[in-house]
Formats: sequence, C-alpha cells, structure tokens
Amino acid sequence: MLDPLARLGRSGIAALARLGEAHLLLVGLLGGTWDTLVRPRLLIAQVYGIGVLSTLIVVVSGLFVGMVLGLQGYYVLSQFGAAESLGIMVAASLVRELGPVVTALLVAGRAGSALAAEIGLMKATEQLSALEMMAVDPIKRILTPRFYGGLLAMPLLAAMFSAVGVLGGYFIGVGLLGLDGGAYWSQMQAKIDFSDDIVNGVIKSVVFGLVVTWIALFQGYAATPTAEGVSRATTRTVVHSALAVLGLDFVLTALMFGE
Amino acid sequence: MAEGLTGRGASPVGASVPPGEPLVRIRGLRFAHGERLLFDGVDLDIPRGGVTAVMGPSGTGKTTLLKLISGQLRPASGTIEVDGQDVHRLGRAALYRLRMRMGMLFQSGALLTDLSVFDNVAYPLREHTRLPEAMIRKLVLMKLEAVGLRGVQAQLPATLSGGMARRVALARAVALDPDMILYDEPFTGQDPISMGVLVSLIRHLNDASGLTSIVVSHDVSETLSIADYAYIIADGRVMEAGTAAEVRASRSEWVRQFLDGLPDGPAHFHAPAPDLMRDLLGEA
Amino acid sequence: MARTRTIEILVGAFMAAGFVALFFLAMQASNLSSAPAGDGYRLTARFDNVGSLKVRAPVSMAGVRVGRVEGIAFDGSTYEAVVTMVIDPQYDTIPDDTFANIYTSGLLGEQYIGLDAGGSPDYLGDGDQLIHTQSALVLEQMIGQFLFSKAQEGAQPQ
Ligand SMILES: Nc1ncnc2c1ncn2[C@@H]1O[C@H](COP(=O)(O)OP(=O)(O)OP(=O)(O)O)[C@@H](O)[C@H]1O
Ligand SMILES: [Mg+2]
Repeated sequence: MLDPLARLGRSGIAALARLGEAHLLLVGLLGGTWDTLVRPRLLIAQVYGIGVLSTLIVVVSGLFVGMVLGLQGYYVLSQFGAAESLGIMVAASLVRELGPVVTALLVAGRAGSALAAEIGLMKATEQLSALEMMAVDPIKRILTPRFYGGLLAMPLLAAMFSAVGVLGGYFIGVGLLGLDGGAYWSQMQAKIDFSDDIVNGVIKSVVFGLVVTWIALFQGYAATPTAEGVSRATTRTVVHSALAVLGLDFVLTALMFGE
Repeated sequence: MAEGLTGRGASPVGASVPPGEPLVRIRGLRFAHGERLLFDGVDLDIPRGGVTAVMGPSGTGKTTLLKLISGQLRPASGTIEVDGQDVHRLGRAALYRLRMRMGMLFQSGALLTDLSVFDNVAYPLREHTRLPEAMIRKLVLMKLEAVGLRGVQAQLPATLSGGMARRVALARAVALDPDMILYDEPFTGQDPISMGVLVSLIRHLNDASGLTSIVVSHDVSETLSIADYAYIIADGRVMEAGTAAEVRASRSEWVRQFLDGLPDGPAHFHAPAPDLMRDLLGEA
Repeated sequence: MARTRTIEILVGAFMAAGFVALFFLAMQASNLSSAPAGDGYRLTARFDNVGSLKVRAPVSMAGVRVGRVEGIAFDGSTYEAVVTMVIDPQYDTIPDDTFANIYTSGLLGEQYIGLDAGGSPDYLGDGDQLIHTQSALVLEQMIGQFLFSKAQEGAQPQ
C-alpha cells in the first residue's frame, strides 16, 4: 500500500543525492581553476575540441536562422507597414534569445554529448582511476580544462551565431526583398542597446556555457562505467542540457528584460 | 592502536609470515559491494621488500583489495595501514603523497588513450618532477626498454595488443620508482615468452630496487614461482597464508583444489544459485 | 608538435572570430557607435505631458537624429515633466526659439522628440531650456476631443 509512496521517496532522495554530487563536482571544478591557469595548453586543447569544432555548425545554423527571421519578419512587419523595422526584429531576437539559446542547444548536442562520452569512457576504462593512482586529481587535470573550455567557447560561439544571423537577415531583407539597407542598420542601431541587449545576451551565453559543460562533465563523471552507462550519460546530457537551458533562459529573461 | 588479540606486529595466520614491521597491515577488513559481502574480517600483512602473492578464484575481490589498499575504495570497517599510516584517515594531499610512492598496474592497463605510449610513461614524471625534457626522455626510454616496448613509443595505446598495453602500463607504474607496486593480474594475456620475461622482470624490479610487490593473480604456478609469501583468499576470508613453499604444500582440501585446478572438491565453480532443475522447470 | 601548433592557430583564429563577431554586434548592430555616452551638450524642455516617451528615445531635427533623451523627471511645483536631452556636439547651431514636439513614429511606434528650428539668430548652449514645447498626443484625449466635437456638432442644429 505504502509501496508507491516509498518508491517516490526513494527516487526523491536519490535525485537529491545526485544533485548534491553535481554541486560537489562544481566545487571541485572551481577548485581546479588555478591548475588550469598554469597549464594553458590543456585549456587550448579544450577550446579547440568544444569551440573550434562547433564553429561550423553554429555559423551555418546562425545564417539560416537569420535568413528565416528575415523572411518571416518581413511578411509580418510589412502587414503593419513597418517593414523597415526588420533590422530591429532580427537583431533583437538573435542577440537576446536565439543566439545564446540555439547555440547552447547546438553545443550541448555537438560537444556536450562528446564530453560526457569521453569522460564516461575514461572512467569505464579506469583511466580516471589510473590518474588517481598516479596522484593526479582527474577533476583538476581532466575535467576542469574542459569546463573552462566550454565556458570560454560558448559566448564566442553565440556572438558568431548572432552576427552571422544579422547578416543573414540583411541578405534576405535588403538583398532579396529590397528593403533599404540604411534603414535596416539605422533602425537596429537606434533600438538595440549595447548594455541591455548585447551584454545581457553575452551573460546568458556564459551561464549556458557553464550549465551545459557542467551537466556534460557530471553525467560523464557519474556514469555507470559500462557501455550502456556511457550511452545513457550522453543521452541525459543532451536532454538535461536542453531543459536546463530553456528553463534558465526564461528565468534570465524575466530578470533581465522584465522591467 | 589496539588490534585485539593478534596484537601489533603479530601475523594474522599462524607464525609463517615473517616477523618485522609489515609495509601493509590490514586488520578486521570488512567490505561489501552493494549486497555482496566481499571481505568479512580479513587480516593480512604484506612484508617489506618481498613479493607477496594474493590469489583466489575469479570474483573474490582481489582487484577490490588493491583498490582498498590504495585508498580508492573505503572499507565498511577495519583498518588498512600502509607504512604506519591509516590510508582511510589521510587527507587528500597526504593520500596523494602516499600514492606517489605506490605504483599500480591495472588489470586493463588503463593507459590514457589520447597520449602516445611515450607520453603515457612520461606522464607521472612530467606531473611530479621538474626534470628537463632530455632527462625525462632518457628515463622513459629506459623504462620502455625494460618491458621490451621501446619500439612502439610513438604509437597510440589503441594500436597495441592487450598484453602490450599491460607492459606499457607496467613501465608507467614504475616510472616514479615507487616503494611498492600493486600488480593486478600482470600475466593474463601474455604469450609464453613475454610471460617469462614479465615474471623475471617483476622479481628483478623487486630485488634491484628494494621494492615491495603485491601480485594479484590466479596464475598459480607463475605467481608462486616468484612470490616470497602468498595468501589465498576466498569467500571473504583468508584461506591460507605463508611462504610460497608452505602454501604450495598446504594440506587444506580447499587450497589443494584451487592450486591443482581440480573440478571437484569443496570449492564450487558455480556461483551460488538455486537448484538447476528447479530453475529450468520454474516459471517459464 | 606540428599538430599542437595547428590547434593553437585554429584556437587563435576561433577566438579572434568570436571577438570580431562581438565587436560587430556592438558597433554595427547596437547603439554603442551612435551613442557617445554623455558626449555633447544638454538641453532641457518642459512638457505638460510626455506620453510614453522613454529615456534614450531619439531627438531628431528634420528627421535626422541629433541626440537622445537622457532623463525624464517630474517637477512637483509646476506639475510638468522635465526632459533632459543630450545633443551631439556637431549640432551646435540650434536657434533658441526652436520648438520641441513629442511625436510618434508610425501609428503604434515609439515616441521621440522632434525639434522644429525657429528663426532666431541666437543659438542654444549647454544647460539652456527649450521654451516652446508641444506635448505628446495621447490617443484617449484625441478620441475624447473628437467625440466631444461631434457631439457638439450634433447638438447645434436643434
Ligand atoms: N563497482 C562495483 N559494484 C558492484 N559490484 C562490484 C563492483 N566492482 C566489483 N564488483 C563485484 O565484486 C566482486 C569482486 O570483484 P573484483 O573485481 O575485486 O574481483 P577479482 O577477484 O579481481 O576477480 P578477477 O580475478 O576476475 O579479476 C565481483 O563479484 C564483482 O561482481
Ligand atoms: Mg580483478
């Protein structure tokens, strides 16, 4: 009779314990900051793995999203005779929302899952234990550089996404649909505020970078050291990252743009 | 420091294990993986400067024992002292200092897959010493030469066979010239020649640099041929302990079955299970 | 080692591209280039009603942006809104009898201040006040006035 209740309680406690472990890991990651700073080589390798290798997909997606915004925005705005506000619409949606959010989702799928698999496999093949036995802290030496690599790469990728998207919108609106190019830029410049829009967008993407890499590293580090455990860790990384990014985006938007 | 009836320094089973301060002293060790009780009050001494074999059937917890000694796992109760320090009471920094004096050869090798063979062996040197690169190179090449794999230094671990990977891992384990080496199944997956080389290498390493070696294995004859002392563990207990010769001459029925590899006897090849017929005829 | 170098170069290019993108967004797509914060001279104007005028709204003359609204305050003694605006320094020939109006861009667009140049030979300087102002048109008031005049029209023939 009380079984379902007990099961609910058990899973609740397990979830809390996992959350606690995740936070302990975060403390460990932050504790490895100095170790990463004195070994920039490790960090560079991770910026490569997370940033450089994600550039292509991010830039291409940004271009298409910008072009779609240009098309859709033009059709909606021209009904109100406000087609020359297209620049505002494209830039505001990209810089405030789509840039940070879509980039975070892409990075979670492209790099986050790879991170989780890599760490999970290192655990399954006892490489992490071997490091422990060599008196090397795997959190400091293996996980922290990846963490900062993600933290650093994410805002830069999001900026590329938004910039390419704005150009894509320009290409559609001005190049294809014949809007005035001057209006596209000047309206955008008049309404997009540097500190309100661009800086807030960057803050968002830094937060997303932290969350996505943290989730990926935790899932890998806490994975059951089997093939199935690693595959579950990669799946969870993508699912949890997506939910966390979208949920956090709502909270951040409410904090930043809700007057 | 009270150790019950055995008292400090006394050997756990009989008088056959040598006197003198042991390097590793295990008392009243209890440990369980989930529901499964692997050790139920194990006392064990590893003497300094010798090769001690720990043998037992597959799945008795030999690997687990090494992980307990090196502080990767925590016992449910009991103490493990290495060189007088209780491993599980050390802080992280002290534990790492202790581990720098231990080398461990993992059953799987556990080489870092994104580094070349050379870089794998150089890894502990680069982490823990400030030696110039030229010096590190010399040391690494010497260690690789000792395991006969200098020729593959530029390859990635994925391109090695399991046996070769284990030998590279051995070179890495001894890179920092530790005081103690824990070998987890060093002989499995080796061809007869490299097996012979490895057996004499372990003995040689031990004698040349005054190491203490713990060899976990179920290759009875090879292990006993180089061991000074031997323990046989099964069912969470120490079944037999003593010098290699004593163990080999054991009269215990169980030990005889294990050493001689007999199918029938007090030990069971099967994991505990209900009656086969009942299982087969049971719920379809 | 060649591989390490390639990676370093690629990471360098990646970071440079990221910063270029940020710089592009800041300079080309936001007001950072057009708002030399605080540079320029300040004018004030008093309005009966500023409608929904916002801080940072543009101030324009003949449709050209010449400055922006810096602050909107309420004067408790005269019950008027006091608007401070910053005019870019190159526009230093605004006559002192210039009219300040609050206009709306498009039917539902945002409100901005439009300056209609007067004819005086004297120019406004830092801290001066625009005397002639025209308040924002509030939609409800306009509709109210319209209905009121219609009602009066309808009432007259009787
Ligand atoms: N992480 C774990 N969680 C649960 N059970 C485990 C775990 N690791 C090992 N075990 C169980 O503990 C027992 C002992 O494992 P261990 O690896 O120590 O055996 P072993 O003596 O080294 O065997 P082998 O000779 O085959 O290497 C096994 O039965 C295994 O099922
Ligand atoms: Mg084992």
